[in-house]
Amino acid sequence: MTNLPSHTDRKLGLVIDLDTCVGCHACVIACKGWNTENYGAPLADADAYGADPVGSFLNRVHSYEIEPETGPAQLVHFPKSCLHCDDAPCVTVCPTGASYKRVEDGIVLVNESDCIGCGLCAWACPYGAREIDPVEKVMKKCTLCVDRIYNENLPEEDREPACVRTCPAGARHFGDFADPASNVSALVAERGGIELMPEQGTRPVNRYLPPRPRDADIDVLAPLLAPVAEEPKGLLAWIDKTLDRL
Amino acid sequence: MHPAKSLIFFTSASGLGFGLLAMLGLGFPAVTGWLAFIFFAIGFGLAGGGLLASTFHLGHPERALLAFTQWRSSWLSREGWLAVATLAVMGLYAALLIFAGIKARPLGWLGAVLALGTVYATSMIYAQLKTVPRWNHWTTSALFLALSISGGALLAGQIRPAIILILATGVLQFFVWKTGDSRLADSGTDMASATGLGHMGRVRAFEPPHTGGNYLTHEMVFVVARKHVLKLRSIALALGFALPAFLLVLPFAHIMAALAIAAHLAGLILLRWLFFAEAEHVVGLYYGKR
Repeated sequence: MTNLPSHTDRKLGLVIDLDTCVGCHACVIACKGWNTENYGAPLADADAYGADPVGSFLNRVHSYEIEPETGPAQLVHFPKSCLHCDDAPCVTVCPTGASYKRVEDGIVLVNESDCIGCGLCAWACPYGAREIDPVEKVMKKCTLCVDRIYNENLPEEDREPACVRTCPAGARHFGDFADPASNVSALVAERGGIELMPEQGTRPVNRYLPPRPRDADIDVLAPLLAPVAEEPKGLLAWIDKTLDRL
Repeated sequence: MHPAKSLIFFTSASGLGFGLLAMLGLGFPAVTGWLAFIFFAIGFGLAGGGLLASTFHLGHPERALLAFTQWRSSWLSREGWLAVATLAVMGLYAALLIFAGIKARPLGWLGAVLALGTVYATSMIYAQLKTVPRWNHWTTSALFLALSISGGALLAGQIRPAIILILATGVLQFFVWKTGDSRLADSGTDMASATGLGHMGRVRAFEPPHTGGNYLTHEMVFVVARKHVLKLRSIALALGFALPAFLLVLPFAHIMAALAIAAHLAGLILLRWLFFAEAEHVVGLYYGKR
């Protein structure tokens, strides 16, 4: 049923810390690996060694440069996957009912055996979170690793999305946004978690933590360090003087 | 958006077909017998052929029947229902008219309403998308309906109404372009809101996630059309509206009417190509493109 539920019991999602992300793309690879080997159609690559390789991914890392009014530019690595929106426009446009949002935990999923591959849900998503698999021709999207988080065959520490589990910088956090005491709710409250494209009215669940302001001074001890010589010495001083004289 | 051939052909042909069926349902022209058969065959051929073409861009056309299940929320599903209902009602109307000589007027009116309803549902598939600000406006539906009705009048040989309708649709198309050009900028969605980093300074795409393209950039980030847009729009206006209207104003001859239809068809296909090619999807912003 592609009508959205009026309420979900939990709101599972991710917090992505843009201050901590180092842009290593480990989450991309972990995601591709888990979702190729486990639930659903594998994430295929087409023409992988040819001139025009293309593949389906559920998570991609962009990099942006931010130029402030004053001061140096800053580079921000920006992982992007499905935000599991409360008002998911991808779900309501689906003609077959393959797309749905779960009442119990708010995860947006695709029933691949019902998907006709029309691509309209991908058009309806402002975030680019859905991609048609080049081989299976069905719509693929982040499942929040629904086959990991409830999987009692896995050790408890592995029962979180593969991207979160693998992140070496601890930049990704998984939890229940409906619970104000959860780890993710606390992070969002403390760091001012942001919604992407709020004007699109999708009410995304995932939140991004903005980079912290950079320190104005590099180090409190810096003034105490020996000054770097500004006047040339030795051979360089001789060359400098000689060139001046010429 | 990527201008897929199947979608251009589907929306152009089915729009014309349903427009013609609407005209026939209303009794323009009031044909019977073999002449009626030919008119209805053209209408069903365009509408049905268009629908068939629309399944060519599906990844799994064998599951297409599932698309009838979600009419409560999905315009694509509603379009399917309305199209089938139109073809069924108009099929019955045409059969009674051709084989029994019975003019079931209320059935024809119902068929006309359903035919235009189908075109409206098609337009809403595009107009509902907030992600494509250029389309997300009532004028998208107005334009689809106007093109369908004027093209239908032209195919139905309603010379005088066709001239007026075609010229009016040309004016509407011009207005749609004029107002559509600024809609992405007016939508408030930009790289600052896409990344949520606008408060820190000017955001620039530094590096994409990968060196090649992907489904998203192939499907939704199509920027080729922008270079020649003014020329293409002028050609489309001339072919689709000015030339057919001029040919129809001349003293009537079948060859002129055929040329008018051919010109309108060529213009329509170019218009539809531009409709897709010019549309900017907001996901392009993540790639620093529009």
